[in-house]
Amino acid sequence: MPGPMNRRMGTTMVKHGGRTFKRLFSEVFRGKGLRLAVVFACIIISALVTVFVSSMIETLIDDYVTPLITGQLDSFAPLFSAIVRWAAIMAFGVLSVYVYTRIMVTIAQDALMNIRDKMFEKLQRLPISYYDQTQHGATMSLFTNDVDTLQQMIGQSLVGIVSSLLTVIMVLVTMIRNSWQLTLVVIAATVILMYVTKSVAKKSGRNFAAQQANLARVNGFIEEMINGSKVVKVFCHEGESEKDFDAINEQLCETMTKAGSYSNVMGPITMNIGNLQYVVLVFIGSAICIMAGDFASGYTVGMLAAFLQLSRSFANPISQIAQQANFILMALAGAERIFEFLDRENEVDNGYVTLVNCTEDENGNVTESEERTGRWAWKHPHTDGSPVTYTPVRGAIEMHDVDFGYVQDKIVLHDITLYAKPGQKIAFVGSTGAGKTTITNLLNRFYDIQDGKIRFDGININKIRKDDLRHSLGMILQDTHLFSGTIMENIRFGKLDATDDEVIAAAKLANAHDFIMMMPDGYNTMIENDGEGLSQGQRQLLSIARAAVADPPVLVMDEATSSIDTHTETLVQSGMDRLMEGRTVFVIAHRLSTVRNSNCIMVLDHGRIIERGTHDELLAAKGVYYRLYTGAFELE
Amino acid sequence: MLKLLSKSIREYIGPTIITPLLMIGEVAMEVLIPMLMALIIDNGVYAGDMDYIVRMSVLIVLSALLSLSFGVAGAFTAAKASSGFAKNLRHDIFYHLQDFSFRNIDSFSTSSLITRMTTDVQNVQQSYQMLTRICFRAPVMFIFAIVMVANTGGSLVMIFAVAIPVIAVLVYLLMRKVHPIFNRVFKNYDKLNMVVEENLTGIRTVKAYVREAHQIEKFNDSSASIRNDFVKAQKFMILMNPMVQAVAYICMLAICWFGAHLIMGGKMGTGQLMSTFTYTMQILSSLVMIAMIITMLSISRASAERICQVLATEADMELDGPGLREVENGDIEFRNVNFSYGGKGQSLCLKDINIKINAGEMVGILGPTGSGKSSLISLIARLYDVTEGSVLVGDHDVREYNLTALRNRVAVVLQKNTLFSGTVRSNLQWGNKDATEEEMKWALTVANADFVFSAKDGLDSIVEQGGNNFSGGQKQRLCIARALLKNPQVIIFDDSTSAVDTATDAKIRQALRNDVKGATKIIISQRVNSVLDADKIIIMDNGRIQDVGTHDELMERNEVYQALVSVQLGGKENAGSDE
Repeated sequence: MPGPMNRRMGTTMVKHGGRTFKRLFSEVFRGKGLRLAVVFACIIISALVTVFVSSMIETLIDDYVTPLITGQLDSFAPLFSAIVRWAAIMAFGVLSVYVYTRIMVTIAQDALMNIRDKMFEKLQRLPISYYDQTQHGATMSLFTNDVDTLQQMIGQSLVGIVSSLLTVIMVLVTMIRNSWQLTLVVIAATVILMYVTKSVAKKSGRNFAAQQANLARVNGFIEEMINGSKVVKVFCHEGESEKDFDAINEQLCETMTKAGSYSNVMGPITMNIGNLQYVVLVFIGSAICIMAGDFASGYTVGMLAAFLQLSRSFANPISQIAQQANFILMALAGAERIFEFLDRENEVDNGYVTLVNCTEDENGNVTESEERTGRWAWKHPHTDGSPVTYTPVRGAIEMHDVDFGYVQDKIVLHDITLYAKPGQKIAFVGSTGAGKTTITNLLNRFYDIQDGKIRFDGININKIRKDDLRHSLGMILQDTHLFSGTIMENIRFGKLDATDDEVIAAAKLANAHDFIMMMPDGYNTMIENDGEGLSQGQRQLLSIARAAVADPPVLVMDEATSSIDTHTETLVQSGMDRLMEGRTVFVIAHRLSTVRNSNCIMVLDHGRIIERGTHDELLAAKGVYYRLYTGAFELE
Repeated sequence: MLKLLSKSIREYIGPTIITPLLMIGEVAMEVLIPMLMALIIDNGVYAGDMDYIVRMSVLIVLSALLSLSFGVAGAFTAAKASSGFAKNLRHDIFYHLQDFSFRNIDSFSTSSLITRMTTDVQNVQQSYQMLTRICFRAPVMFIFAIVMVANTGGSLVMIFAVAIPVIAVLVYLLMRKVHPIFNRVFKNYDKLNMVVEENLTGIRTVKAYVREAHQIEKFNDSSASIRNDFVKAQKFMILMNPMVQAVAYICMLAICWFGAHLIMGGKMGTGQLMSTFTYTMQILSSLVMIAMIITMLSISRASAERICQVLATEADMELDGPGLREVENGDIEFRNVNFSYGGKGQSLCLKDINIKINAGEMVGILGPTGSGKSSLISLIARLYDVTEGSVLVGDHDVREYNLTALRNRVAVVLQKNTLFSGTVRSNLQWGNKDATEEEMKWALTVANADFVFSAKDGLDSIVEQGGNNFSGGQKQRLCIARALLKNPQVIIFDDSTSAVDTATDAKIRQALRNDVKGATKIIISQRVNSVLDADKIIIMDNGRIQDVGTHDELMERNEVYQALVSVQLGGKENAGSDE
């Protein structure tokens, strides 16, 4: 099958080939020993049959045709029975080819599926820092290019190389048995062939790498220009970009021609070295035959003919091996990258405090409940053996002297201390990079703090199981990510078992209901390509609806309304107020009008809280907030 | 379709024609050699005629050398033809895209345009190379080999009269069965990649909602369906090899049997029998090759179709047509304008627009999302054509101008703006190729983008793809500077300071007022602050102009405006102004 796999040749760098191969082998064949044995047996049979077929002609000529001519045989009957015998052997060979390819198809596809699934699972379990540090393209290429090369290797190359190797060995043995002198000629030709192949492959590899680099450049340019095509038009820049494009397109064409030429040239070279070898064999062989009487008695024409046939079936598997070895090297390089990825450390979670459904009697006693009660409590087992305690989830958040840096020695947040009582609204204000978003990322433990303490309902969040901690925090992030699926499914992302009615109620709360109903299929409208066609504002409404359906005690809104125009925002506001009711809310906003009614506003600057208080208090203090509010201060 | 694509061959017509010829030459030699080999055995070895052997050996060596030269030459011309063709094809699509109007661009998604120009072109290129090399090679080899068998093997050729139709039918049935399954596999692949991509970009959402398990389940589903489809398709595909092998073996056995009879009858030599074996393999392998070509071509057919869709789309605005080349002044007038993106008969997004803007004025436009603000201004630079009515710039209908001339004088800072990889300087040169250092500094100062000066490399600071190494506010200011360098008569800002704080926004407007006096300035904003001091404020609602006036006038009579002011400025109408 054509595909992206043949575009990355030449980029082979295998560091631990042996180890990677061993691991891959056990990954693919673990628990499949029996099937592997059958495959191996079938490959041997089919190789034997191939050799048999190559020498069939010798038997035909020496045992049947010549005797018939010379009159040693007087009927075709023995030949007929021989042909029936041969047919049986061939049928056996054909059958074994079918059996091993059939088994390998399932083994290969199962292995690929397992590897893909493992990779995706790993992708979900990695800490956020992985995503910060790795380009999306690099991860995507693991799933596409590297898995593709594995498919080629497991599906074809592995079996191909084993069967070619077996064929080569058997043919070699047969050839030596027939005539060691002629075998020497074949070996000499093979050495020459391998030498030529190697040097052409080296050249081709170099050009191929250059071609890939140029191709990446051209494709990158295309991507950039097409994405910015409207800007190009507005600036009448068409002519310029055409000129730039021509230059790199020309370079690409040049390297492509070179790389293509070298890889095309392999076929004719291999074939004609084979032809020349044939001539040399005929020459030497005939010489021996003609002079057979003198020193090499026993040589027959049939033998020579068979040898010639054999020599032809020798070159073929040799070039097969060279080709497949190349593929295997490429695949190992990919496998190495994949294993490296799979070996990465998962997001660590040592939490043992869990979230459970509960009931609460009039005295405030909390008991765990198996059923869904709509009330939640933290279940806190204690290491000292004292009985498990239950704390009802209220949504109180405290931060004490929190320091944080993305890297150990570069602290970006200093001495953050704050209290949010259940139901309070806390706002963060400050310039880009002041650390507003970072604080909220610490609450849900996307990152772990360097120093200080964060408590949720009085429990250190490091003790809470991450999943449960996140369940109790609703996040409406700066960028809304929509997943392909219906609108209904996207809102339901907040709570998988939400009924349709719950979803619609949430959408109504966020004022998203109206625009959803105007879409062609309402709630069943399919969303594709990260919500292509939806405006930024509509996406944010969906994101708010998503949080509403999740119904968490604590809500974090990071610029949740930044792209909603003020007109729509007033519409959303009432829904938002309803959503915020009874919850602890953290708000980050650029527009000061949205934070005015907060219980407390924190002004952040360079990772420190420099002012805090209510809107009126801060205005009265005539500090930074006052200047921000009156527009006299730069906020970026 | 082929006609459209073949236009891109051009100067590579030479190698394109020579390659198949060279291939035919190579094949002829390839077929000839086994015959010579047969002769050597029958007439040389059996007869013990060393002279004959020497003569024929020389002949074979010569043929091999000839075949080698044909093959190598063909390798080069084929690479040249296909790379050149791909180059031209890329060139043609790219140039064609440059001629596209906004409407044309809207009709394709950007990601699909990118795929068409990259993956699809690569697929077509592969097929093109195959067409020139193998497409002739396989059938020619097939015919030659048949002829040779008829020649050396005589009646043995009858075996193929049976074998070939059998194998053709088998291959055809197989392909028909497999093809739709493979198509499905490809689609599933796209889906799988999409799920991965989505999770890469949306990982914070996934983690925040603890949806890892859910996503894994979704992924495993599509991963399993790929596996099942693949196994299904390959269950058939793997029949191919044993099938062809079986037919080949049957042919060989038949040749053994009938060949023996022919030799007995003195109608054939042993060597001829051997070369018949070689031809048998050639015939069968060329059949398989033909089958492969057909599959591959049908795969790349979809790619070719997608490319042709782009090439066949006619650009609906002429970039460099006849028309006025001078814009006299910055007056703008809308006369009874109706506009719809879909053309006549579609729902209108601008209705009954009538307004006159004088040269040099600063005009603000306010209104909710979807009220038609961006549509309105896009008609001025003729990014789209009006559906009804007319738009005049400098007292002439915009359709009377040469498009390039018009757009050079009417600068638009788009809402969705982009910087391009390069340097700050190279990006600014988009505005004016010959801009001097002084002019660039001036534009950067007006746009309040002085952060460039404090950067280590100044104007030569690197800009990464999409300008991602700059903050949102910085990008917007660079885009403004770029537009200013055009020295336009009309400059339009489509919400282009949304990420800039109020104070800087005010400074930019002040600078525009002082330093870009002559140009008409139109500012779309969601912030009342940004348009407070404009000469005119246009309030848009639902595709209509709801009101036009100055801040004071609107404060007096317009409820929508009053509401906006009160929400955003808390009733303090002077808050955030320039003073």
